[in-house]
Amino acid sequence: MALNVGCAAAPGRARDNRTGSWRVFKPTFRHETCTKCGLCETVCPEGCVKEREDGYFDPDYDYCKGCGLCAEECPADDIEMAQEEK
Amino acid sequence: MAEHECELFECGHRACGGCGPALAARLILKGTGENTIVVASTGCMEVFSTPYPETAWGVPWIHSLFENAAAVASGVEASLKKQGRDEHVVCICGDGATFDIGMLCISGAFERGHDITYICYDNEAYMNTGIQRSGATPYDADTTTSPAGKCSTGNKRPKKDLPAILAAHGASYIATASIAYPNDVVKKIERAVNTPGPNYIQIHAPCATGWGFEGAETMAIGRLAVETGLWVNYEMVNGEVEKAKKIVNRKPVEEYLMVQKRFRHLFRPERNVEEIAKIQAIADRSAAKFGIDVVLKKPE
Repeated sequence: MALNVGCAAAPGRARDNRTGSWRVFKPTFRHETCTKCGLCETVCPEGCVKEREDGYFDPDYDYCKGCGLCAEECPADDIEMAQEEK
Repeated sequence: MAEHECELFECGHRACGGCGPALAARLILKGTGENTIVVASTGCMEVFSTPYPETAWGVPWIHSLFENAAAVASGVEASLKKQGRDEHVVCICGDGATFDIGMLCISGAFERGHDITYICYDNEAYMNTGIQRSGATPYDADTTTSPAGKCSTGNKRPKKDLPAILAAHGASYIATASIAYPNDVVKKIERAVNTPGPNYIQIHAPCATGWGFEGAETMAIGRLAVETGLWVNYEMVNGEVEKAKKIVNRKPVEEYLMVQKRFRHLFRPERNVEEIAKIQAIADRSAAKFGIDVVLKKPE
C-alpha cells in the first residue's frame, strides 16, 4: 500500500536555506600554519567545510553561520574570526 | 568508514551556530553510512533539520510522534526483515523523548529484541520548547521548570541512569560517547549498527543556547564534562562494562560548572560550597564506579 498520509521532501533540500546570512563573525582560513589535519571539517556542525584539491580546507560561506568552533579547535591556530561588514 | 565520503546530513539546517546535536547528527551518519533508515522523535533535531519542505537528511527519515520512535523503528525493522532487506534502522532522539516520553516504547522495543540502534543525543533538557528540565538534566542545573533562586538551587534530582535500565533489558551493546571526541563517536556507532539486537548509544551534545555558553566552546565544554568525570565514556557488552575512557588527573567540577550560565547561581553572590561539593561527590562516585582515574605523580 502506498503511503498516502503525511508529507515527504526531497533529500538534502535544506540547501535551499542559505544560513550564511546569519553570520556575524566570519572565519578566514589563512592556510599558513595549516597542517591539513582536517579537524575543521570534522567539527563543523554545518558540514560546510570542504577539502580542496590541494588538501587545504575552505568553508562554504553560503552556509557558514560563523559559530567559530573551527577557529577555537584548530590545533595550528590558522583560522581567524573577524566581524563581517555587510 | 572509507566507502561513504559524501555528506549525508546536509548544510542549510536551522540549528543555532555551534550546535552540539547538529554535529552529533553528522557524526552519527558518518558511522552508519548511507544504507540507513532514520526514525526521529519530536525534538530540536527534528525541528531544525526538517522544516517542510526542506530536509537536511540525505537518507530516508521518518518522524511520527514524540513518544513512539522506538515503536515506529520496530515496525520498520520487522517489515525490512520480512522483505529480506538489510538497511540499518536507527532511532535518533533527544533526551526528553528518550528518558521521559518515549520510555514505554523503548522498553517494548528492547524487550521484543528488534534489530535497531537507538541513539540519544543528550543535551540534558527539552531545548526545543525553551529549556525545560528532563530526566537527563543534571543535579542543580537551572532550567525554566527548575529555576534557581532564593528558594532553590536548580534541578533537585540527579540524572537518570538510562544505560543501566537498558542493560537490564538485556541489550547486547550499550555505549556512551561525547561529541568532543568525534572519532570515538563514529567508531561506537559503527560497532552498534553492526551488532545484532537492540543497541543503545547516548551522545553527550552540549547546547550553547540552553546551557549558556558561546557556540565556539561546544567542544571545549564537552571535553570538560569528560575531564571532570561528570560524563563517562564507556562501552557495555552484555551488561558488563568493557571499556571506560581513563582520565589523567581528573579536574575539579568547578571548571565545568563555572563556564555555563545554567550553573552560575552556584557562584554568586558567593560560592555555594555545599552544593558544589555534592556535584563533586556525583563525579567522584561515577569515577570510582567505572574506575577511570589515573593519577600521575608530579615530577619533583
